[in-house]
Amino acid sequence: MSDVADTMQAVHDATTNPYKWGFTTDIEMDLAPKGLNEDIIRLISARKEEPSWLLDWRLQAFAAWKQMEEPHWARVEHPPIDYQDLHYYAAPRKKTGPKSLDEVDPELLRTYEKLGIPLRERAILAGVEPGEDEPRQIAVDAVFDSVSVATTFRATLQKSGVIFCPISEAVRDHPDLVRKWLGSVVPQGDNFFAALNSAVFTDGSFVFIPKGVRCPMELSTYFRINARNTGQFERTLIIADEGSQVSYLEGCTAPQRDENQLHAAVVELVALDDARIKYSTVQNWYPGDAEGRGGIYNFVTKRGACRGARSHISWTQVETGSAITWKYPSCILQGDDSVGEFYSVAVTTNCQQADTGTKMVHIGKNTRSTIVSKGISAGRSNNTYRGQVRIMPRASGARNHTQCDSLLIGETCGAHTVPYIESRNPTAKIEHEATTSKIADDQLFYCRQRGLSEEDAVNLIVNGFCKDVLKELPMEFAVEAQKLLAVSLEGSVG
Amino acid sequence: MLEIKGLTAAIYGKAILHGIDLVVPTGEVHAIMGPNGSGKSTLSYVLSGRDGYEVTGGTATLDGRDLLSMEPEERAAAGLFLAFQYPVELPGVGNANFLRTALNALRRARGEAELDAVQFLKLARAEAKRLAMPDDMLKRNVNVGFSGGEKKRNEVLQMAILKPRLAILDETDSGLDIDALKIVADGVNAQRGPAFSALVITHYQRLLDHIVPDRVHVLAAGRIVKSGGPELAHELEADGYAGVVADAA
Repeated sequence: MSDVADTMQAVHDATTNPYKWGFTTDIEMDLAPKGLNEDIIRLISARKEEPSWLLDWRLQAFAAWKQMEEPHWARVEHPPIDYQDLHYYAAPRKKTGPKSLDEVDPELLRTYEKLGIPLRERAILAGVEPGEDEPRQIAVDAVFDSVSVATTFRATLQKSGVIFCPISEAVRDHPDLVRKWLGSVVPQGDNFFAALNSAVFTDGSFVFIPKGVRCPMELSTYFRINARNTGQFERTLIIADEGSQVSYLEGCTAPQRDENQLHAAVVELVALDDARIKYSTVQNWYPGDAEGRGGIYNFVTKRGACRGARSHISWTQVETGSAITWKYPSCILQGDDSVGEFYSVAVTTNCQQADTGTKMVHIGKNTRSTIVSKGISAGRSNNTYRGQVRIMPRASGARNHTQCDSLLIGETCGAHTVPYIESRNPTAKIEHEATTSKIADDQLFYCRQRGLSEEDAVNLIVNGFCKDVLKELPMEFAVEAQKLLAVSLEGSVG
Repeated sequence: MLEIKGLTAAIYGKAILHGIDLVVPTGEVHAIMGPNGSGKSTLSYVLSGRDGYEVTGGTATLDGRDLLSMEPEERAAAGLFLAFQYPVELPGVGNANFLRTALNALRRARGEAELDAVQFLKLARAEAKRLAMPDDMLKRNVNVGFSGGEKKRNEVLQMAILKPRLAILDETDSGLDIDALKIVADGVNAQRGPAFSALVITHYQRLLDHIVPDRVHVLAAGRIVKSGGPELAHELEADGYAGVVADAA
């Protein structure tokens, strides 16, 4: 119940500028020249002091990318993207990689403070271990433009054998693991944006949870695009070995700029026998202004492979930001009895466009998947759910349940549902339910008659609509997500 | 005290109320009876400020404050409560959550301290118990999957928690069996006192056996055509509206 109070507080606190994360940080940047070619890729690889196998891997991806065309099957529209007019590498200028937060540029730390990232681990990094009664801890990897600037709690995690570090460090310190798994779920040539990412990815997080280990804390990454005319191409790789468990949170913001910024990330998850990965995202990239100027193009490939028997991968996302969202976190259910879940809230307002959903590919026997998608459209926005459920011939006893609901606010927005269902096994059970509703005048009046303002009423109704998804988020994120919903929808009624 | 003078109102340009004069002194319960289409529900929506109901003339004040110039939530904060004829479902919104949000909004508007979750639940459980309603009513989503009777009982529970100065009950008896009717009536009677007044809108006299009104008014064709004591309800029950309405015409 305090959640709703928080939501109301967020509305109350919100300023006239609805995107309060729109500040820029004035920091000296190390920028690669604009453009994309083999030399730029070599430069990125050299900056990161990568081994030659990775440079070759990147160049293969680039060769594949050059043969590919930008996909246009999604229900989104944008002017052509000039891939030669972007910086593919931007890093805060510094001597060497930070060993502790003390070495991190204070201007950056102030940025993260403004974003509300729990960098209170400062003390721990300085050598002070937390007391027993400390609140639940979250380890954070903060990525600023192209590089990771701080990863907290690493020592604590190392005690249990968990590896959590920037992927560029993993390449250096754990090359065998990275080489084994990188691209094993999303190959270089998987799709146009994944190929682009494979060629130029700059940083991102690497997580390895060893056999039987339950990760002792939530892991979290914060991404922020700061520099002008840069793309952000982070790559995240999470491997949960047999019987291990991990919960991973991802949050994103960007400054407010008139031009569009490109974000093309790849996330790969691998769950071996009996492993569980819970991956939660609160995406709040700058959505552009009310007229549709500026904002992030969020073209992301996220895929999890349930390689092992009884493995479990769960995606939860709350998407309120970005001018365009193109994103389908998917599960490949290879292991028998493996489980895939997708819980999504996608909010679009003003001129935002979202085409998002999931793919559940059932390969193993008795594999199960659940899809709960809640789309909320307001303003002149367009919100599309696109989901695929595929049952392969060997997947006897496979089950899927899909619940896909759309909520419309106002008269000028659109909601679309595009399910693809393919079953090649007669024993499979697939259920698909879809609803579209509007916030009814009688609901608003009922709430207002009880004393709620119109905005509080909308928040209450929207939070109710999203409850099945929000309850899947870890507590800290659920509160943040509710605040985001409130701020995003402010002024969308009336 | 509710004071209505010469109130006229229209829906989509069609005049429905043709000049209502009505005074409900604080502490009293008045009933409004009348045939279908006489404007009973329109009166309750005009007083509570629903969109689409256009006031074309007259005044309505609660404790001297002009109701008609206020937003619906301001009227709620001024102490007006409408028990809906058709309570609205709010999927995914817990009843307790909804009520606490509403109560705290009212308290904020009145400059009172908000209640935390623990304080609120204590209050809500006590009221539910007093109304012989099961606790789980508070846990369920607002009116979702409620039977007709449960919805009406939920309205009364909300009223008991929000403690209005003036409650308008819009055909709260419709769709209720006799046991539910009694529970609802007991809930309203429990609120009666020097600081509470109510306008009970009903077709039938049977609700007024349980909520005995101080005054009964007959509304027909957008006007109050007859007023009297509780005995008027019995006369209407025996003779129907036809006589009263014809006399007035």
